[in-house]
Amino acid sequence: MEKKVYSRTNGLLPGAVSGFCPGCMHGTVHKLIGEAAEELGQLDHLVRVEGVGCCGLGQFYVSHDETIAAHGRACAVATGIKRSSPESLIYTYQGDGDLAAIGLAETMSAANRGENFTVIFVNNGIYGMTGGQMAPTTLLGMKSTTSPGGRVAEEHGYPMHMCEILDTLTAPVYLERTSCDTPQHVIATRNAIKKAFKYQLEGKGFSMVEIVTSCPTNWGMNTLDSLDFLRDKMFAEYPLGLIRDNG
Amino acid sequence: MAERVFMKGTEAIAEAAVRAGCRFFAGYPITPQNEIPEYMSRRLPEVGGQFVQGESEVASVNMLFGAASTGIRAMSSSSSTGISLYSEGVSFSASARVPIVYVNVGRGGPGIGAIQPAQQDYNQATKASGNGGFRMIVLAPSSVQECVDMVYEAFDLAAKYENPVLVLTDGVVGTMMEPVILPEMKTDEELASLRKKFEHRAIIGHPVGKQAVCRAGLMGSGQENVNIKAAAMYDDWDCEIRVEEYMMDDAELVIASYGISARICKAVINKLRKEGIKIGMIRPERISPFPYDTFAKLDPKKIKGLLDVEMSIPAQMIWDVKHVLNKDIPVRECLRSGGQLMTNNQVENAVRDLIKEVL
Repeated sequence: MEKKVYSRTNGLLPGAVSGFCPGCMHGTVHKLIGEAAEELGQLDHLVRVEGVGCCGLGQFYVSHDETIAAHGRACAVATGIKRSSPESLIYTYQGDGDLAAIGLAETMSAANRGENFTVIFVNNGIYGMTGGQMAPTTLLGMKSTTSPGGRVAEEHGYPMHMCEILDTLTAPVYLERTSCDTPQHVIATRNAIKKAFKYQLEGKGFSMVEIVTSCPTNWGMNTLDSLDFLRDKMFAEYPLGLIRDNG
Repeated sequence: MAERVFMKGTEAIAEAAVRAGCRFFAGYPITPQNEIPEYMSRRLPEVGGQFVQGESEVASVNMLFGAASTGIRAMSSSSSTGISLYSEGVSFSASARVPIVYVNVGRGGPGIGAIQPAQQDYNQATKASGNGGFRMIVLAPSSVQECVDMVYEAFDLAAKYENPVLVLTDGVVGTMMEPVILPEMKTDEELASLRKKFEHRAIIGHPVGKQAVCRAGLMGSGQENVNIKAAAMYDDWDCEIRVEEYMMDDAELVIASYGISARICKAVINKLRKEGIKIGMIRPERISPFPYDTFAKLDPKKIKGLLDVEMSIPAQMIWDVKHVLNKDIPVRECLRSGGQLMTNNQVENAVRDLIKEVL
């Protein structure tokens, strides 16, 4: 007898096929968000506030309500939505440039107010859609189109650790850093997203899941090399694990 | 029930907004409009609303965008240099057709300018409040009562067109106290019914298959279609023109002015009329859409000169007037700026100079 062991989440549009670059992990993260909300029975209440850049491409794949915030403003837009519609389950979906550069004030301030929504932060250390410019999370020595000789601390400063920076604030309830490079990490990411959503539904306040990913296209690597770089270099700078759980 | 009270302009703006159904306010401190967020921080919790002091004007206007995208009535306020930072969120709201209301209590500019009153933001308000060539209805009150009435109707206009609406006033109207009649408080039932109308596109979470999207930009040919639809809406705004023609029936001289300057001009006209001088005024109560036809129809055989009165140097509204005015009507200016107030004497002297020149 046939037994169904896997089905695609209804959180994604039926029939949608990923147009993300080979080796990109955005597609996986989108799936995990849909699965987490579905497991909590919350797909009908799910609202996505997406950032600008490759994050904005999510509009072609998700089946739930969504709006695109101006670059960096997702946490401000989400604040307005959540305060006006507290029964909605709201997440922002932001990259490193969006969240940690142009949106730093909005991110820090929403976290500091303990706004009751969830931030999904996809950190691949580079600007993707605009063509590989240096991000606040670009590693030292890493080449980008605006740091062609590699990131130099004296000129560009150091990589920013957003989970640790938010951990200096009192209000955030849950901060965790995960990845999607192995099945174990994929499961850990889904569990982290689910926990963040659960805390939001319980009214516990601000949560962020930082997902450290690769960008083979703009790192100038093939998919396998980019996974090696992710594990050797990115995880060394951005250690995976729980930063705070006050739930 | 409507009630008569003695109120400061900024607080009257805030109370009128609450009575119109505003249940979300985000703003950042800037003089001379601080009483609006201060009032809202006390008042909104009393009616189940939300007040957020944003970390910046940029954050505040984007909170406004988010709140209004759920269908709630939402407002923000700022002043001149702060309003520049609203450009992003206002443009997004115009593109995504999100009904936000915001108030500019103008001060001197450009730049940080002066904290005293001015009308330096006319071009920004009427021509380019953000990137992309969108348009808005812009209301320009000249008294505290008009602040109340215009803010109250601003929410209906925003909802009607699903488009941003700006109330452009200045530090004089904002900081003076006058007796006003406050409008009736919209009931929770009325507000629920208004919110229901927006529900199909509200970003609140819908069952799968009934997804609501709110996008200030579309790929492919989508964006041009959005622009074409918006342009068609702007073309239909003749019905939204509001203009006061004051003592124009037999006028030989005409003043063009708006907002607080127009109120000063009215006092001068009343004085000069007692001397038998045939002078009137055309005052756009809404500076966008602009009452071009009212100026275009002025007949040089009858109108001997026009005086443009604004608290702005250089003059700004004058270009909308000149755009359609018969070229045989001489145009002169009477201006102040940088926080220096227009006075009755200055307007009166400018009118007498014009009389010497053209009559």
